[in-house]
Amino acid sequence: MTTELDVAGVRGMFVAACDAMLENIELLTHADQAIGDGDHGVGMKRGFAAALAFLNENEPANVGEIFKGVGGAIMSASGGASGAIFGTFFRAGNKSIGDAVMLDGAGFAAFLKAGLEAVEKRGGAAPGGKTMIDALDPAATAASGAGEDLEAVLAAAAAAAKDGVEATKSMIATTGKARTLGERSLGHPDPGAISLSIVLDAMAKAAAGADAATA
Amino acid sequence: MRRVKKILNDPAKVVEETLEGMNLAGDGATRLLPGNIIVADREKTDKPALLIGGGSGHEPMFAGYVGPGLADGAVCGQVFAAPSPDAIVAATKAVDCGKGVLYVYGNYSGDNMNFDIGAELADEDENIATRTVRVRDDVAAAPVERMDDRRGIAGDFFVIKVAGAASEAVDTLEELHRIAAKAEANTRSIGIAVSAGSIPETGEPTFELGEDEIEIGMGAHGEPGAKRQKLAPADEIVDQMMDLLLADLPFKKGDEVALLINNLGSSTPMELFVANRRVRARLADAGITVHRTEVGPFITSQEMAGYSITLMRLDDELKGYLDAPASSLAYSN
Repeated sequence: MTTELDVAGVRGMFVAACDAMLENIELLTHADQAIGDGDHGVGMKRGFAAALAFLNENEPANVGEIFKGVGGAIMSASGGASGAIFGTFFRAGNKSIGDAVMLDGAGFAAFLKAGLEAVEKRGGAAPGGKTMIDALDPAATAASGAGEDLEAVLAAAAAAAKDGVEATKSMIATTGKARTLGERSLGHPDPGAISLSIVLDAMAKAAAGADAATA
Repeated sequence: MRRVKKILNDPAKVVEETLEGMNLAGDGATRLLPGNIIVADREKTDKPALLIGGGSGHEPMFAGYVGPGLADGAVCGQVFAAPSPDAIVAATKAVDCGKGVLYVYGNYSGDNMNFDIGAELADEDENIATRTVRVRDDVAAAPVERMDDRRGIAGDFFVIKVAGAASEAVDTLEELHRIAAKAEANTRSIGIAVSAGSIPETGEPTFELGEDEIEIGMGAHGEPGAKRQKLAPADEIVDQMMDLLLADLPFKKGDEVALLINNLGSSTPMELFVANRRVRARLADAGITVHRTEVGPFITSQEMAGYSITLMRLDDELKGYLDAPASSLAYSN
């Protein structure tokens, strides 16, 4: 098991997350067309492409700088609600992790908790409102009970986020552009929740892959 | 899904190219700054400034309303997406004359979050005071008890017009905020959509309406509205819209209003003028006087077909600012 990753390992984990997001743009566009205005995919494409450029062009000295740089790139390049939310989410990791040079499971769980609090404060949404919080909240809870091993924490968070996406199908949107749909939003998953699930899934696979590579 | 025909270059650069063209069309009245920001090209005077903004794709909103008597600057996001906090801070710095900056924009979660982050950064990093008025004029988006869940649509224009005129006349940011908030509180709109708009980068319509279907309460972003129904004669549709609109503020006998019939994109001017005669008949029946009428494309949603009806209830103060001189690419008075 990969119990922790160094700065290069965390960077690899984020590169995998960016790659996975960029491979799923069309899926996100169509998910947003169903219940929103259809711009989530192109917004995420701009944001995660900018994050990937940051990761490729910089030599972060610590883990916090990676979270800050990725969050800042997404916030600047995405725009829209998703840019503010995902930018705020990743930047919270800088505050919780700071200048550490290793990231373990407990550190990642602390990031998810800080990220959840920051996103709730910024967007004013709560669990059950059919937003990315409905994937993030269960992921943060699962992560906090999954110990200190990074691979195990990521696997638990990714699985919980995936279940969270499924749960959004039976929720009625109460925030964002989908809220005017009311019951017509039923049956569709929330695009922001899907994005968070893709990110955590890619990170979990990258951490497991890092383990395989060093084994 | 069908692809929409548009004459574009690289769709990813459509916002940059649109603003370049709008700036040039101003023949020197504006300047284009990095970050998709357009500012009025004029000497800074000692006044509180007005910054407007939001997602692109609604042209001429927002960049078309930059100039004397209107906004000092507009910060524009990608199509249907709010501008980023760093662009908002850059625009805030560009328009500030030392007396602070009023933000006026439509009430959408993306705009709210990005402008709030921008306001925090302007305060912390640049020491510039800001105040905010979020336009919430769309009566179809939520009941009146939940005003904060309402979107900003064509009412943006009246609030910007009043705030722009006030920013030339008043001395403090607080006073400018008071007047703009009053304009906002007295403005109501309702929209009708006949067919969808599309986002250039995806090339696909944002929703599908049947051949004989219309949707009441459509937002300016093409997000679905509140009620879908069969196409009907114009007067019947306008009657449904006016019933919702008049009851909301409510507008009452003896009120004096400004009226805006806004083209959402590809409806014909004919349809808007046909609607206007029924709107006027309904207002006359209700004992409401029209002080000013605007008919045309003020805030569009790409090639969406349909229109919205906006009323702003006036008092002498609002009337004065509405009638004040203004000059910009999309509106002059």
